[in-house]
Amino acid sequence: MSSEVADLPDASGHFGVYGGRFVAETLIEPLDELTAAYERLKNDAEFQAELDKDLADYVGRPSPLYFAERWSKQLGGAKIYLKREDLNHTGAHKVNNTIGQALLAKHLGKTRIIAETGAGQHGVASATVAARLGLECVVYMGAEDVKRQALNVYRMKLLGAEVVPVESGSKTLKDALNEAMRDWVTNVDNTFYIIGTVAGPHPYPMLVRDFQAIIGREAKQQIMTAEGRLPDALIACVGGGSNAIGLFHPFIEDSDVAMYGVEAAGDGVDTPRHAAPLCAGRPGVLHGNRTYLVEDDNGQIIETHSISAGLDYPGVGPEHAWLKDIGRANYVAVTDDEALKAFHDLTKIEGIMPALESSHALAYATKLAPTMRKDQIIIVNLSGRGDKDIHTVAGLEGISV
Amino acid sequence: MSRIKGCFAALKAENKKALIPFVTAGDPNPAVTVPLMHAMVEAGADLLELGVPFSDPMAEGPTIQKACERALEHGTSLHDVLAMVSEFRQTNSTTPVVLMGYMNPVEIMGYQAFATAAAEAGVDGLLTVDMPPEEASDLVAILKTVEIAPIFLLAPTTVDARIAKICAEASGFVYYVSLKGVTGAANLDVAAVEQKVMQIRHHTDTPIGVGFGIRDADTAQRVAAVADAVVVGSAVVNRVADNAESPEKINEAVASLLREMRVAMDAGPPKVGWMAKIFGTGK
Ligand SMILES: Cc1ncc(COP(=O)(O)O)c(C=O)c1O
Repeated sequence: MSSEVADLPDASGHFGVYGGRFVAETLIEPLDELTAAYERLKNDAEFQAELDKDLADYVGRPSPLYFAERWSKQLGGAKIYLKREDLNHTGAHKVNNTIGQALLAKHLGKTRIIAETGAGQHGVASATVAARLGLECVVYMGAEDVKRQALNVYRMKLLGAEVVPVESGSKTLKDALNEAMRDWVTNVDNTFYIIGTVAGPHPYPMLVRDFQAIIGREAKQQIMTAEGRLPDALIACVGGGSNAIGLFHPFIEDSDVAMYGVEAAGDGVDTPRHAAPLCAGRPGVLHGNRTYLVEDDNGQIIETHSISAGLDYPGVGPEHAWLKDIGRANYVAVTDDEALKAFHDLTKIEGIMPALESSHALAYATKLAPTMRKDQIIIVNLSGRGDKDIHTVAGLEGISV
Repeated sequence: MSRIKGCFAALKAENKKALIPFVTAGDPNPAVTVPLMHAMVEAGADLLELGVPFSDPMAEGPTIQKACERALEHGTSLHDVLAMVSEFRQTNSTTPVVLMGYMNPVEIMGYQAFATAAAEAGVDGLLTVDMPPEEASDLVAILKTVEIAPIFLLAPTTVDARIAKICAEASGFVYYVSLKGVTGAANLDVAAVEQKVMQIRHHTDTPIGVGFGIRDADTAQRVAAVADAVVVGSAVVNRVADNAESPEKINEAVASLLREMRVAMDAGPPKVGWMAKIFGTGK
């Protein structure tokens, strides 16, 4: 694969025709300022040292690469390794990014942090770094998600954040993003917007990817140590796409490594109830970038559905749209039921309770592994732990906890 | 001469400023829109901004968000909006109509298909809130072939070099967003607006419209004193919303607001403002 693919985005934030900056004029200057600050700091040894120290001592990196031997055997195919982002402080990969962006906020002299959240993991990760830096923190969350993720709402409040339920539109993650943008445009002087995934206007898809790429860099080293060679396939769930691009990006030029991004099929991609823009959507413009969207014939965004709040988003990061079009990564989808089964399987067989988001990646591994040889290797990104989902899973079984 | 140019030239000859009301097409139902457009012209509107409803109106405050939701309940699409403009043009061939909205409906229709259909319908300008000039070159090139003006926004945060760049590409008019915030915000600072408009004037002869935060005759008058056009959005949409249950009252509710604004704007700059200018503010 040519190095050009790994070098994107271009200077104006495009991955091919995707990405860019589709925002109200008021935000152009702050985005320019952020881009300039990031370009300066990413090559600044002191900034990098500060980031590395936080990732080691506060987040607990490197996260282990665990060989799921029993599960692999039962599936009867490739060896499956799990990249354990669930063991990070706050329980998911989201914190890799919030640590980085909070450091940027500090360097830009911003005193107030805002964030959008779906499952609440990014909200918790933002509230956590804000608490640690003594910054004010406001988290926008769709009113529907506030209901389904009560535990994380309370966690954010304990951390001192204000959680604002968003009542407009479909009352989910996309509407929380709209509301966060409205806050930012109003309070742009003192506020830093920590976007939680590789979407939004340039430079966000680039900088969130760079902060999450630690996942893939570590995994590459770890698999070389464990197996002495690169994996045959990578699998990660795709909501906005940050944990997936974090794992994929350091492998983009290793053309023998196949990549699978797993979207949420909800009831099925052939039903109206899914959240799979790459598998069942088409290109359009939303939330500051051009990418694949779940939308109708008139360009209105359609309400999505997934059992996992963190995947319940009608868009996807522009770099994934690009990787799909050039054929470097494959995008597939897994239903609610398949994800739930994987949730239970991993819990029972390996004693690891995955997030429902990550369960989508695991479910695809159960399809792919048996088609591969026993000496082949898959790395699955276990993007988060399942504690936050216990209410959802119990509810489906008619149990109240 | 294009309708927009003609409109501003005629106003200039009379030493008047343009009154530009905004309504969301299809709010509260599609039957209301065309009669309302005519009523607004009769009440003194010089140019109309017609909002294309969008599911995710990122730059709007609650008033216009809800207008979009009401319009979308009836499925008002970009195709429907163009049909409304055609209908309006059957009896009005002079008042310019600018569509205002977000990129995605235009993206899905396709730039060329949109441009052709919009020109045929009698649209004069397109303002997409989430399309800064950097992303607009393909669309602008196509719009120019059908003489539809791409209207660009300038904001309080736009730096001088960028103002120059945007003004160089502007046609029709440039739209200065008077405050940091969403539509319907209440923190308009007319002195700051005046300063920025003077800065913009330095770069262009294109008329300068000011919008966001203009809510009554007083604010319209004060902004008209410093700009070429006054854009009134949420204040108009609020009148529509107040009468959503009895749509037959909407035309008059909106018209009465526009008449007050028209009178105040045509009376010239506010007297207090002139006194303060001549005699100082006493500070
Ligand atoms: C554990 C976990 N995995 C995945 C996601 C999806 O986000 P992304 O696709 O950006 O990794 C989320 C989002 O909330 C999450 O909490």
